[in-house]
Amino acid sequence: MATETHGAEESASGLPQLDFSTFPNQIFWLVVTLIVIYLILSRVALPRIASVLAERQGAITNDIAAAEELKQKAAEAEAAYEKALADARAEAGRIAAEAKAEMQAEVDAAVQKADAEIAARTAEGEARIAEIRDGAATAVNQVAKDTAEAVAAALGVDVDRAALEAAVDERTKG
Amino acid sequence: MTVAEEAKGGGLEFHPMDQFLVKPLFGGDAVHWYTVTNVTLWMAIAVLAIAALMVLGTSGRAIVPNRVQSIAELFYGFVYKMVEDVTGKDGVKYFPYIMTLFVFIFFSNFLGLIPMSFTTTSHIAVTAVLAIAVFLTVTILGFVKNGAGFLSLFWVSAAPLALRPILAVIEIISYFVRPVSHSIRLAGNMMAGHAVLKVFAGFAAIAAISPVSVLAVVAIYGLEVLVSAIQAYVFTILTCVYLKDALHPHH
Repeated sequence: MATETHGAEESASGLPQLDFSTFPNQIFWLVVTLIVIYLILSRVALPRIASVLAERQGAITNDIAAAEELKQKAAEAEAAYEKALADARAEAGRIAAEAKAEMQAEVDAAVQKADAEIAARTAEGEARIAEIRDGAATAVNQVAKDTAEAVAAALGVDVDRAALEAAVDERTKG
Repeated sequence: MTVAEEAKGGGLEFHPMDQFLVKPLFGGDAVHWYTVTNVTLWMAIAVLAIAALMVLGTSGRAIVPNRVQSIAELFYGFVYKMVEDVTGKDGVKYFPYIMTLFVFIFFSNFLGLIPMSFTTTSHIAVTAVLAIAVFLTVTILGFVKNGAGFLSLFWVSAAPLALRPILAVIEIISYFVRPVSHSIRLAGNMMAGHAVLKVFAGFAAIAAISPVSVLAVVAIYGLEVLVSAIQAYVFTILTCVYLKDALHPHH
């Protein structure tokens, strides 16, 4: 009591902070205020903010996981693409080699056929030449015999045809 | 009822302390405990501002927050991390109480910076109640959690045996000085800053020095913005430190 009256007196000339007559009022309203703030925060605000923060953390974690997964998928796709590319290259090489081999075989066959044909023609030609040569030789023989007979007749020598032929054959042989 | 009488001189009238007067809001002279005063008004404004920020601001519950929700989350994260870092994991369950203290002091300090406003935290009655509440809570909690083991807070086992009784006396004195320093630090800072603002503003009445006065008011106001935030932070972090002593009294 004594301090309170002293405080009231002092307030006339001193600090309003030391005017004890206003203390109950301030303390009462402070307690009311603190309780209201506490209720607002603990019942509404803090749980809400905590849930928002947790949700955000969850979303970020999920997104990072999803990104990781997508990255993995992209790497897989790239590997698959590389593999497909390599396969295609190998296939292309194989087809090219096959085609080349086929064509080579065809060319070889054609060359062979052509060679055979040439050989056949050559043989044919040679045969014909031999025939012609033979024919020519025979003709020469015949002409020589006829000529020899005619020469003998002209000279008035009666020559046996068979002996004449044998003699011509003898001469034209070599 | 004012302090104006003392400050008269040379045509200047300073009323630096008038801003701290507790006045009934709806007439009358008597301030009873239930009277609606400017204390009530500014505390109610603080409550509304807090509700606007922490409840309305977060009503979107957005994963990607807007500005107001970001600020609310900033407050939450700041205090939560402070409690967790200083007090430890087991202090987190007292987080709502510490958050209440922080936002109340923070908003009261900043609302007090509005010209013509009333700064509730500049009153020792308010800060003393806050500090005593913290002191009593921490002390009771310390004994409930640790029993007599809480007294080991005063028995510095790291010191030589001969020194320990002397240290214990010092520790006990410092322990009981805590609520005093805790409350006077806040009230004193707020009161002094606002009084200085008023004094400098009073000099603006003299034409010759009014530019200097206005610049000084601006500078002091900037300082007060800093002090408002820092004092709310200091009060809260000291509460966390005291709470840590109660939960883990062993040095």
